[in-house]
Amino acid sequence: MAKWMSVAQVKEKIKESSAEEVTASYLEVIGKSKINGYVTVSDKALEQAKKIDEEGHRGPLAGVPIAIKDNISVVGLPNSCGSKILEGYVPPFNAHVIEKLLAAGAVVLGKTNMDEFAMGSSTETSHFGPTANPWDLERVPGGSSGGSAAVVAAGEAPFALGSDTGGSVRCPAAFCGVVGFKPTYGAVSRYGVVAYANSLEQVGPLANNVEDTAVLMDVIGGYDRRDSTSIDSKTEYQKALVDDVKGLKIGVPQEFFGEGIHPDVEKAVWDAIHKCESLGATWEEVSMPNIKYALASYYIIAMSEASSNLARFDGTRYGFRENAENWHAMVSKTRAEGFGAEVKRRILLGTYALSAGYHDKYYLKALKVRTLVKQDFDKALSKVDLLMAPTMPNPAFKIGEKIEDPLTLYLSDVNTCPINLAGVPSISVPCGFTDGLPIGLQIMGKPFDESTVLRAAYTFEQNTDYHTKRPPEVA
Amino acid sequence: MITKEDVEHIGWLARIEINEQETVEYMEKLNSVLEYFGQIDELQTEDVTPTYHVAEIYNVFREDMVEECLPQETVLANTENKQDGAFRVPKIG
Repeated sequence: MAKWMSVAQVKEKIKESSAEEVTASYLEVIGKSKINGYVTVSDKALEQAKKIDEEGHRGPLAGVPIAIKDNISVVGLPNSCGSKILEGYVPPFNAHVIEKLLAAGAVVLGKTNMDEFAMGSSTETSHFGPTANPWDLERVPGGSSGGSAAVVAAGEAPFALGSDTGGSVRCPAAFCGVVGFKPTYGAVSRYGVVAYANSLEQVGPLANNVEDTAVLMDVIGGYDRRDSTSIDSKTEYQKALVDDVKGLKIGVPQEFFGEGIHPDVEKAVWDAIHKCESLGATWEEVSMPNIKYALASYYIIAMSEASSNLARFDGTRYGFRENAENWHAMVSKTRAEGFGAEVKRRILLGTYALSAGYHDKYYLKALKVRTLVKQDFDKALSKVDLLMAPTMPNPAFKIGEKIEDPLTLYLSDVNTCPINLAGVPSISVPCGFTDGLPIGLQIMGKPFDESTVLRAAYTFEQNTDYHTKRPPEVA
Repeated sequence: MITKEDVEHIGWLARIEINEQETVEYMEKLNSVLEYFGQIDELQTEDVTPTYHVAEIYNVFREDMVEECLPQETVLANTENKQDGAFRVPKIG
């Protein structure tokens, strides 16, 4: 069986053989993995596939295997969020996106590695050790959905789900040479996804191509009353797959090509913009002056929300507990032992930013800056249909290279986190290589205009071959 | 700038035990991040309204309906620390 298959090819294979055989072949590839992409491989996957064979392949994803980030709840599989504090925890309910996937007939292969509680851009802060980038095993796959991106790039799943709070789907997609999509805030239910920063995050697909991304969006998107920020946009994602960008106006924000950008990244992204121009689109430079303040605003808001969200991990109801003489000591010791260094730093900074005397200076100020960043997007997108820029200013870095200095690592999110502040949709698609490492083109659109974003991404993909390249080290 | 006492105080607020050596490490790393955050002070924001989230929906209500919920045993299944259908924790003080 071919190692890398599109979802359409997987479905063809299931027709020729069976869902059980297809799942077995993915499990075999996973068994030989060199990348530590999975935290848990499901012991129920084969059984699930067999049942789908018996029931006659009903549903748009009947028998198609998928990998799930380890912060999205699946009944019966541990949900660790890459943390010791959730040791032994098995969710008793499915996330909304999992209910949808199971109803569509998908087979969950397992749960993928991630930065602890999705806090990171390298998948190095996981309690289960780092995941390797399939293109260079000494490099990070990006993060925080590094496991999901890496297993897709390595042919260990046809596609996967991640979550994107400040770039956590798009960053690993760019670093691993796959497609990663963050939908508009509200387009996909967050019910059953462990919260890091609620006002910023969305669940999003990681796939080998734009078509598979749209296939997955058609299954997971839509209204869910259990998420009070859920919005029914009624988007038909696969209908957006039109190979035509004639007449589309592209904005190129200079602020996304800032100091420290790798020259090959800059060139690859401009080549992509010119490619779209040759296919009938037009482009113009746009100015977004508040983008340079987005990173600070993003981190203050994310840490503040995290300090509140992660208060629930206290050793009382599930996971790891450190025993002590009284409740305060039990909780304080449990959290000291159960959380890793980066998670503790973010909780402490978030607590500080919300504490009496500092709330207005940090948290409230960051929320006001968020308004200005949002206005930059509104203004730019009132003149053009899309924005194009690099997803990441640099290719994947070495494991261990940035982990000691939190600020250096935060700075790598400079082009991805503004999108979460504004809530707009954004996709990363492969657009080139530098020294054998993939480069990602980021395409951003208006809120709930996923169709135009997918159309541009699809057209670019149909007219280039970057998405067909496979990492030689895991071939 | 965060002082050693600040680190101890926020450690207590966040219920994360921090030892003497960690206090100094946190102080250094947190201060370098806070210094970076300081750049937003450059912006004039007196007349700007804060954005808590971008979804243009407010006050989502629903009917108060009786629905099926998870059985008590299922909810308690993730811990050894339970007694008489409740979670068991050490005394507060």
